[in-house]
Amino acid sequence: MTIRTKSDRISFQIALKTCLITLILSLLLALLMILGLSAGSDFIHPWIVIQELFGYGSGDYNFVLHTLRLPRVLMALLVGAALGVAGLILQGIIRNPLAAPDIIGVTSGASVGAIVFIVYFMGAVSIQFLPLAAIIGATIVSFIIYLLSWKKGVTPIRMVLIGIGISALAKAMVTMLLVISNVAATTKAYLWLTGSLYGANMQDVYLLLPWVLVLLPLTFVMARIVNVKELGDDIAIGLGVKVQIYRLFFLLISVMLAGSAVAFAGGIAFVGLVAPHMSRMLVGRSFAALIPVTAIIGGIIVIAADIVARIAFLPKDLPTGVFTAAIGAPFFIYLLFKTRNQ
Amino acid sequence: MKNVLKAHDLSVYYGENKILENLNLQIPEGKITVLVGANGCGKSTLLRTFARLIKPKAGQIFLEDDVIQKIPTKDIAKRLAILPQGPVAPEGLTVLQLIKQGRYPHQSWLKQWSNEDEKIVNKALEVTQMTDFVDRSVDALSGGQRQRAWIAMTLAQKTDLILLDEPTTYLDMAHQIEILDLLYDLNVEENRTVVMVLHDLNLACRYAHHIVAVRDKQIYAQGKPEEVVTMEMVQNVFRMNCTIIKDPIFGTPLCVPHGKGRKVGR
Amino acid sequence: MDEESWHKMRIILSSTSMKKICLLISCVLLFCTFILSIALGQTSISLESIYQAFFHFNDANTEHVIIRTSRLTRAIIAAVVGASLAIAGALMRALTRNPLAAPDILGINAGAIFFIVSAITLFSIDSLMSYMWIAFLGAGIAGAMVFFLGSLGRDGLTPIKIVLAGAAITALFVSFTQGLLVIDEQGLQSVLFWLAGSVSGRSIDMLLPVLPFILVATIVSIVMGRSINVLQSGDDIAKGLGQRTIITKIMLGIIIIVLAGSSVAVAGSIGFIGLIVPHIAIGLVGSDFRWIIPYSAVIGATLLLLADLAARFIIMPLEMPIGVMTALIGAPFFIYIARKGLAKNA
Repeated sequence: MTIRTKSDRISFQIALKTCLITLILSLLLALLMILGLSAGSDFIHPWIVIQELFGYGSGDYNFVLHTLRLPRVLMALLVGAALGVAGLILQGIIRNPLAAPDIIGVTSGASVGAIVFIVYFMGAVSIQFLPLAAIIGATIVSFIIYLLSWKKGVTPIRMVLIGIGISALAKAMVTMLLVISNVAATTKAYLWLTGSLYGANMQDVYLLLPWVLVLLPLTFVMARIVNVKELGDDIAIGLGVKVQIYRLFFLLISVMLAGSAVAFAGGIAFVGLVAPHMSRMLVGRSFAALIPVTAIIGGIIVIAADIVARIAFLPKDLPTGVFTAAIGAPFFIYLLFKTRNQ
Repeated sequence: MKNVLKAHDLSVYYGENKILENLNLQIPEGKITVLVGANGCGKSTLLRTFARLIKPKAGQIFLEDDVIQKIPTKDIAKRLAILPQGPVAPEGLTVLQLIKQGRYPHQSWLKQWSNEDEKIVNKALEVTQMTDFVDRSVDALSGGQRQRAWIAMTLAQKTDLILLDEPTTYLDMAHQIEILDLLYDLNVEENRTVVMVLHDLNLACRYAHHIVAVRDKQIYAQGKPEEVVTMEMVQNVFRMNCTIIKDPIFGTPLCVPHGKGRKVGR
Repeated sequence: MDEESWHKMRIILSSTSMKKICLLISCVLLFCTFILSIALGQTSISLESIYQAFFHFNDANTEHVIIRTSRLTRAIIAAVVGASLAIAGALMRALTRNPLAAPDILGINAGAIFFIVSAITLFSIDSLMSYMWIAFLGAGIAGAMVFFLGSLGRDGLTPIKIVLAGAAITALFVSFTQGLLVIDEQGLQSVLFWLAGSVSGRSIDMLLPVLPFILVATIVSIVMGRSINVLQSGDDIAKGLGQRTIITKIMLGIIIIVLAGSSVAVAGSIGFIGLIVPHIAIGLVGSDFRWIIPYSAVIGATLLLLADLAARFIIMPLEMPIGVMTALIGAPFFIYIARKGLAKNA
């Protein structure tokens, strides 16, 4: 479906199929969010949840809903969307469907930042600054990886390899820190490393929100460029794309998205790897279509994982990251198995 | 004859190795120019430098009268299209999606799919006879079809100059002729300048108005195939002995290499 | 690496006699490092004491006891694990024809660890023999998954795909392992040091069950040297020369799993040895696997012993887990290789 102004100065194309799929997925997301608000150690009936949300309820569940669960579900949504799109961008830039945000050192960098904070500063400085430490770590490590990959330009392959090397180094440092720290710190650190939404509050949500609200539309606007870059550097240059500049630009967006998500939720794995694949199966290769769909699917995965994490081992509240891997990985393998002959 | 692309005192390095040295070459407008030479002689490098994919160590490339380094890359893309060797499309990309990418240099954020874009893409599909393949996956096509899809993309760019690096390598004979015939038609009917690297000397002779032999970091010879392709040239450029006869259909030089083989009827 | 790269690399030892001599020298170096490993540490022990401890053991002498119990065990484990990992790395390189293949990179270590941790936390399995078999299982499954994942798509098993697949599978198993450890908090502390890679604090009983497997695997790999060389030219050429490539590959796979799995069962996750050592070995003796394997074994043992020594001193009086040490040495090396483009075929 094409939209064009009379004078042909403005024109867009929108695929009807994509709109439909996005709509269906949004519905699914909404349902899941309501489920997320209902489930927990106190099960609240979904209908009551809806009433409370729109202000018609009795206010009995205010604390549980508004202070505990709502922030958590919203955080899950934002984190999932951010990680999903970060992975999508990365797979487009590296031109490989197996790329994930950890390769550019985001997760391992954030881990270093977070663990350093937990081990050395947790007593002295408020826990509020943990996300900041994580982002600083992620930025520094990503920067190092990019610099090391630079040899008259950055090729995807070199970046992947160096990313793996630096991540290994970062992980070794994290292990070192864990070994020399005390038990309490170690447990908290491991919790963070696995990825957890425990204790998410609205403040955190408001901190993460601008990142997602700004970066996702920005990526959407630049989508055409990624489409061209996917054809290869030579062809992209031939079509007039400033390859190196845009590569850096998209990498930055990916790092910012993944970094901010990981900063608040810890090392949640697999969303960035799996969500793009799922959306590609639904809507094909057009990058502009993939962005909203991936964001929604990412949100769905994390919310679902969080629900399971909260109720699977009641009364224990398990870290969400365990289940993003548990849900994401088998699905991923199933997907790939299905497409193996194509 | 106007010269649309010019290399002036060009020196190109690959790492530490000198590939081309103080090379001067002018590409005639509206003709088919073919670069030939032995493996590794630098013809691909020369073509890629013309297309600004490689930065020369010294010397300049002129696109019409402008130094190519000074022109914004998107503007170059409106005047010059390059099809590199062995392009790879992402898995699952359809033919239509691929060809639409060719319109990138002419589009902007607000103007993403104008009437003109649509017309040009349809024309490109028609010319390459790919209209029936629009929704097929590029990687599911045969070699010849795939190459036609890529050429359609460069056609959608609507440039006067098309550069192709070995567009017929890995294609069987029928598909090679298919592609070269297509390029020939484009040149004749739309007056597009075509510059390509071919490794098959005989096909080069048949299709080229202007043939350029590259040897030893320099241009060895250039001109009409009838004048340039001689036994001596083949000996010096390809290090091979041959006999030159006239192609029985086209009258262009046909190179028959010496060596071993069955001798029938003589 | 393709043929050209093989030839272009400087082969320092070109003649067979030079290779033999150097191997001998390396063995001597290994022996010296071994002795050093026993001598140095928080308590320095004199060479004479060591001699005495072996030949005139006096169980009242604390030094002798230290030597015989902890130091000797530690040195032996370090040497054996170092050699195993190095050989496993060399064989993986041969099998995938990819200079970036190593047990830690391709998820094999992570798989073995996950299975062992599962056994400990979920099934409370305690016996050392079981750990070993479980490690084999985990290593095998992880390896198979990586191969499968990396082969998907129309262009088959390219080097970069297998590396990325390895990273993905490693992330998967690490994530699951972390999850298990978070659920079972008591398990965490006890397992942590081992997880990070450690050759200390073990009794020789931990090594004994796996030792025969490692020995057999090593001997078989040396004997298979020529077959491996043939395999390097490519499947088609190898088949054309009459080799049963499938059997050869399966055997290599089994040996790799045994060596890597055993190492993990005994010493936890030690990375980069399998990556770096074959590189050094190839730089010394070229592409002949009949030489690469013995050299890798000796160099690997020496390297891990040295790493263990360093791990004792760097953050004295605390000890650094050896896995961290190998990462600290190995990662910069790996990055250097990546930049140099020696892995360019990836």
